[in-house]
Amino acid sequence: MRPISYRDCERNITLEPGTQNMKPETINNNFKTEEYFVNMGPQHPAAHGVLRLILTIDGEIIKNVEPDLGYIHRSIEKMCERDSYQQIVHLTDRMDYLSSHINNEAVCLTVEKALEIEVSERVKVIRTIISELTRIASHCLWWGVMGMDVGALTTYFYGFRDREMINDIFEETCGARLTMNYNIPGGLMFDIHPNFVKRTKDFITHFKTKLPEYDRLLTGNVIFQKRTKGVGVLTKEDAISFGTSGPVARGSGFANDVRKRHHYSAYDRVDFKEALFTEGDSFARYQVRIMEMWEAMKIIEQLIDTIPEGDIKTPTNAVIKLPKGEYYQRVETARGELGVYINSTGTKNPYRLKFRSPGFSNLSVLDHITKGAKIGDLVATMASFDFVIPDIDR
Amino acid sequence: MSYFSDIYNGIKTLLTGMSVTGKYFIHARKGSLTQQYPDNRETLKMFDRFRGEVVMPHDENNEHRCTGCQKCEIACPNGTIEIIWDRGIDEETGKKKKKIDKHIYHLGMCTMCGLCIEACPTDAIVWAQNYENSVYDRTKLSKVLNQPGSKVKAGIED
Amino acid sequence: MMMIPLNITKTIHDWLYSVMPENAASITEMLLIAIAYLALFAVAGLYLVLLERKVAAWFQLRLGPNRVGPFGLFQTMADALKLLSKELTSTDKTDKFLYNLAPFFVITTSLIALSVFPFSKQFQAFDINIGVFFLIAVSSIGVIGILIGGWSSNNKYAMIGAMRSGVQTISYELSVGLSIITMVLLTGTLQLSEIIEIQRTGGWLIWQGHIPAIIAFMIFMIAGTAETNRAPFDLVEAESELGAGFHTEYSGMKFAYFFLAEFINMFIIASIAVVLFFGGWLSPFGITEGITWFPEVLWFLIKVLIIIFLMMWFRWTFPRLRIDQLLTLEWKYLLPINLVNLVVMAIIIWLNLTF
Ligand code: SF4
Ligand code: SF4
Repeated sequence: MRPISYRDCERNITLEPGTQNMKPETINNNFKTEEYFVNMGPQHPAAHGVLRLILTIDGEIIKNVEPDLGYIHRSIEKMCERDSYQQIVHLTDRMDYLSSHINNEAVCLTVEKALEIEVSERVKVIRTIISELTRIASHCLWWGVMGMDVGALTTYFYGFRDREMINDIFEETCGARLTMNYNIPGGLMFDIHPNFVKRTKDFITHFKTKLPEYDRLLTGNVIFQKRTKGVGVLTKEDAISFGTSGPVARGSGFANDVRKRHHYSAYDRVDFKEALFTEGDSFARYQVRIMEMWEAMKIIEQLIDTIPEGDIKTPTNAVIKLPKGEYYQRVETARGELGVYINSTGTKNPYRLKFRSPGFSNLSVLDHITKGAKIGDLVATMASFDFVIPDIDR
Repeated sequence: MSYFSDIYNGIKTLLTGMSVTGKYFIHARKGSLTQQYPDNRETLKMFDRFRGEVVMPHDENNEHRCTGCQKCEIACPNGTIEIIWDRGIDEETGKKKKKIDKHIYHLGMCTMCGLCIEACPTDAIVWAQNYENSVYDRTKLSKVLNQPGSKVKAGIED
Repeated sequence: MMMIPLNITKTIHDWLYSVMPENAASITEMLLIAIAYLALFAVAGLYLVLLERKVAAWFQLRLGPNRVGPFGLFQTMADALKLLSKELTSTDKTDKFLYNLAPFFVITTSLIALSVFPFSKQFQAFDINIGVFFLIAVSSIGVIGILIGGWSSNNKYAMIGAMRSGVQTISYELSVGLSIITMVLLTGTLQLSEIIEIQRTGGWLIWQGHIPAIIAFMIFMIAGTAETNRAPFDLVEAESELGAGFHTEYSGMKFAYFFLAEFINMFIIASIAVVLFFGGWLSPFGITEGITWFPEVLWFLIKVLIIIFLMMWFRWTFPRLRIDQLLTLEWKYLLPINLVNLVVMAIIIWLNLTF
């Protein structure tokens, strides 16, 4: 099927041959019904950015969802071919901006792997703690937005209240709230702030009282459960064959947590459960994320008191040149598996750099699981996928 | 029977939700998170590592620490820093030495990544904590970091 | 036309009849009352908007509008001024006549409904003997305004919103009507002033009718919230699904009419609830019964505000239902319960079990 162009939408042409058959054969001419196109986005409150979904709708029922990408494409991969390895890191902040630290870490881990340098234990532990804080911050925002998408506007502010505390921790330690750029190949840019440990502990105590409140306000709510249970069901087989990852896959029972299966940083020494639900509906994805917040707190608690002493950077050359070859490293961002592939020819820039972003493969199942659902279901499903559009487009 | 228990449980969960928002409503006065921004300028203090803008500190003799090595210019991913340099005669040794004429910093292009400050061997540039950087004219965002007439502090070598 | 026999109005009344022929005087009088009501409720609507914003802010750990005037009291005035000064845009392919008619339809119907409410013993513009019936009839016209607004905008989102509104209002109209009828069974009259008089002796109707009355009240609140298209039933303008729903294409004052109408409708629903369940302007336990100077309208307003607050609380807590769940709730839960409730009420009255 060729992609639907803007012109086609204007002309209202149904392109997919299959959809023609969905019309009833015996059409009463007085009450002739027609499918029509609706552009959901690029400027739409539920699109969370500039995602354009071309919906084919029959009344309230969705017949087809065609994501149209590219509205925030900044050719980050191409820009990386121009930059040195230290400079690449800060570009990844701008991909999935909600887990910017984890993106940074992915690039740094790849470069470290290629250079075969070992970072100190201290760096590993700090990276892990900040990664988990990032995950909580990202899920806080997602929780607020999820509530907002299904119509409960107040959740947004409660989610942001807790997220702000984490952002403050980040700001104190590395100076930025969102685009942190705290990792460098070989370690961290500078040591954590003296207040870091105390503030993190404060946050954990605070958040432990607030997370049950999330459950009381939204999770248990009968309307919310009705809106999400059995909506957008993704089977385990589909989850695997579409290449989904992260909470989307784990909501369908596909255990693929990179932190568990392919240890990196300090995840090999912490004890945590992989959030796994088998229903595959929006509510399962919701529960995975709530559980991940609990588990993230558990991980932080295990590490925060025993941050080992050690060097904060392993020295590298000022101009990093990776040996000729191909390198791949994956990490678990808040949205799923982020893979970094570097093809080096031995110069100071990568010959080719590819990000395997979680959002892109997750988006591909959207059409598959929302066929025949209502518009409200589509919004709830999209919210449970937690898309960050710059992550999809890059 | 499940018909009625559904209704009962439904209403119960709704009331639980209302109790959460109700609690915050009652504590609205002290729980408010709003920062009344332009009014609280005095009390609003940025963290000391906050990345507001790159500046070059000068001491009382109008001396800075920049040797003009251009490492920051190379480290910067997007050409934010431009260094116009010159060769001058060092008074003490009489040798030719690199010195900066202008250290130009385009705030409008800066992504606050901090790589320049990492790269600088003499700590000549640091982060400033100011946060009100908006101006009406884009050209005002291009700043010359070294003050007119300033020179490099004696003994600073890269 | 019943008059407001307050002293001032009486003076005006006498004066008008003394300077004009009788017909002209009564027409002028009607006009004056209409203008007074318009002005009063435009301002009341604006303050309801402000209240909503403040309450929302307090639920959400914010401060709410606090810049224009003390505590932001003039914020909505300023907003209304801004909307007034805005250009009234429309798209090329709108049905111009219907597009312009829709906002007036909506606002007029909600203002008409206001005329029958007894705000206090004397403060009632239009005391007809079929008051309750009139209210139900008038308030169901409003949806036509929304329908033609959504239809004539020639926008798919607006269209979906309008269609949802049609489905929703027609269904919930039933529940509102039935729960009102349950109460009318108890009063035996449709005249609003008489309904209140009945409560003066026997206690508020929610007390008189006890269990079925409480059930009727709960159903009325749910259905009433749905009638006003507010969350959790705001599918009509569900912003995460449809942008702004039926008024996507409206701007400036026309948009403000829709907006204001929503708040006045909320006021109407709350007022019906107060009159039918909580004794209208009567004071609780008759504590201000003997005090002649005490403005009874205050009691009415307090009760209305409490119920409005309840509706706001719903709005800022609950997620929104989906369209099929909305209909399930109405046809599978509210309607059967309501019908049973009606029978129960009849039995209770028959057996004289009312308080
Ligand atoms: S902070 Fe980054 S972008 Fe800004 S001047 Fe320094 S290196 Fe360039
Ligand atoms: S600021 Fe630092 S890095 Fe840049 S030219 Fe001066 S001394 Fe070199």
